[in-house]
Parts: sequence; structure tokens; C-alpha cells
Amino acid sequence: MGWIGDGLESIRSLQIRQVLSQAVSLGMIVTSALIIWKGLMCVTGSESPVVVVLSGSMEPGFKRGDILFLHMSKDPIRAGEIVVFNVDGREIPIVHRVIKVHERQETGEIDVLTKGDNNFGDDRLLYAHGQLWLQQHHIMGRAVGFLPYVGWVTIIMTEKPIIKYLLIGALGLLVITSKE
Amino acid sequence: MHSSVQRLNTLITLAAVLLGALCCTASFLDYFHIHSVHGTAEVIKIKKFRKQLNGNDEVTMTLNLSLDLRSTFTWNTKQAFVFLAAEYETQKNLVNQISLWDHIIPDKEHAKIQTQVSTKYPLTDQGSNLRGKKIELVLHWHLMPNTGRMIQDKLALSHFYLPEAYT
Repeated sequence: MGWIGDGLESIRSLQIRQVLSQAVSLGMIVTSALIIWKGLMCVTGSESPVVVVLSGSMEPGFKRGDILFLHMSKDPIRAGEIVVFNVDGREIPIVHRVIKVHERQETGEIDVLTKGDNNFGDDRLLYAHGQLWLQQHHIMGRAVGFLPYVGWVTIIMTEKPIIKYLLIGALGLLVITSKE
Repeated sequence: MHSSVQRLNTLITLAAVLLGALCCTASFLDYFHIHSVHGTAEVIKIKKFRKQLNGNDEVTMTLNLSLDLRSTFTWNTKQAFVFLAAEYETQKNLVNQISLWDHIIPDKEHAKIQTQVSTKYPLTDQGSNLRGKKIELVLHWHLMPNTGRMIQDKLALSHFYLPEAYT
């Protein structure tokens, strides 16, 4: 039972060790999350590899709170694909389906028109004033995978920041107080 | 021994991992599903063929469609989005794809379609190259899963020639 006495004697140094190891493990959690995110960016070639559906314009396919995985390959955009695009002067990207594609003979430039499955008309009203087509540079990626409901977590956290702070606080407390 | 928080943590982690594995399996099994879609599409009537004020050709038509997508449905299919596209090549554009009609099929029971429809979206060109143009009618379908990978495929159904003169 000598090791108990040793432990009691070195309790101060142990606490410093504990604090250090907790700091390291917290750092590991944060950095591994960052690594996964950046790794996904590299693999998918898209600026934001995962998006949360915020509106009901693609119902019944995608509902609010569903998660989409994006991929940005070299393949040209074709009709029917679900793309995520940014319109000049709008902050929030939009997820809609391509219904018209025109691709130039020589340059390969594309003109794309989109529409939400659940919307009555096409998206020209959503585009910048006078804009008729989306070009390649507007498009952030095409949706390839789908996961339902998980996005609600982020929607709740952005709309009710108190819950976010409570959650972060509780997690922080857990990390600090945990003995292992 | 183990505190209730630890037990709860283990339980939730296990549940999340199992659910994730189940989702992956469901999507993975779709790889082995072979579907064969068949259908026909024919133009019954060119209702309007004109040049718009901005100089672009515009066509509206009546189509006769007969589609069978029942084989695409698996237990991981939430819905099938099916559309008929007009595809053609012009001097200006290598690829022109214009969706003429689309439809959401919610389940297998509604996946056999026999209908006569007007074009939901007009066939508009970038320019006025449509007179006498050969148009390919291609059926595209996009399968939205309950979870996992989205599947898309297409099938060229038929082709026709637009008239040489505007109506």
C-alpha cells in the first residue's frame, strides 16, 4: 500500500499534471474537430462541406433541419442536380435544383437556372436584380449525401443563443471537474 | 464504480454509433440495388413556337408520357424526383438542358405514370436556333434517400424535330 502514501505526498504535482492533461485533452478535442472539418474541405473540394437546410423550399425531399453533404468535383453542373449557391448581396446560401443548363461551345462556361422543388416559380426572383443565370463561381457545391434531423442542433443554437452558452458552460464544467 | 453520468454517456455514445452504422449500411445496400426504368415520351402537339421579344425562341408543347420507375424504390428511398429534359446542341452552346416537366413520386404505388401533360416550363433557347432543330427527350430521375447517398440516373427516351417555321 506504499503507492498510496507516495500518491498523497505528490498530490500537488499530480494536480498540476491533471490540469495539464485536461488542457491537452481539451485541445485535442478542439483540434480534432478542426482537422475533420478541414479534411472534409480538402476531400470534397467545397468551401463548406456540410450545410443545414434552413427553408422548406425543397420539401418534401429536404426539410428544415436536415443536413446535406456537398461535393465540388470538376464535372460540369447538369440539370437535376441539387446545388448550393451564393447570390451576390445575399448572406445565406440557397439549396435548390438545377432545371436549365446552357454550356458554351468553346469556353465551357455555364449558365444555370435553379428552382426549389416546393416553389411555384424559378429562382430568378431570388437572384440579384437583373440577373438571369447563375455562373460557375456562384455555385459552392452539389449535394451528394443526406442526413435527416441532425441540423436541428445548429438551428436551435443559432436561434436560441442561451441554449448554446448553457451547453458550452456545462461541457466546460464537465471537462474541468472530471477526474479522469 | 461508474457514476450515472458515465453510464448515460456510454449509453448515448453507443446509441449514436449504432444509429450511424445503421444509416451507413442502409445507404451502402443501395449500391447493390439494380433498377431498370423504362418509359416512352412523345410530342403530341406543338402548342406555341415563337420568338420572344428579346430574340429567344420559345416552345410550349403537349407531351404523352408513360413511365415506370417502380424498380427504383428500395426501403431507403424517401422519394423519387423525375423530370423530362429537352437536350440539344447549338452553334453557341455545346450542351442545352431544359427541364420541360417534373414530378415528385412519393412511393412505389405512384411510380407507374401514364399521363398527358403540357410543358411545365417552356423550352426557351439562348438565341433563335430552334427552327428545325433535333431535340432529344431525356428522362432523369434523382432518388432521395431516407439517409445517405443520393442516386441519379437518366435514360434517353426519344427525339423529334421542331418545325421549320414559327406558329
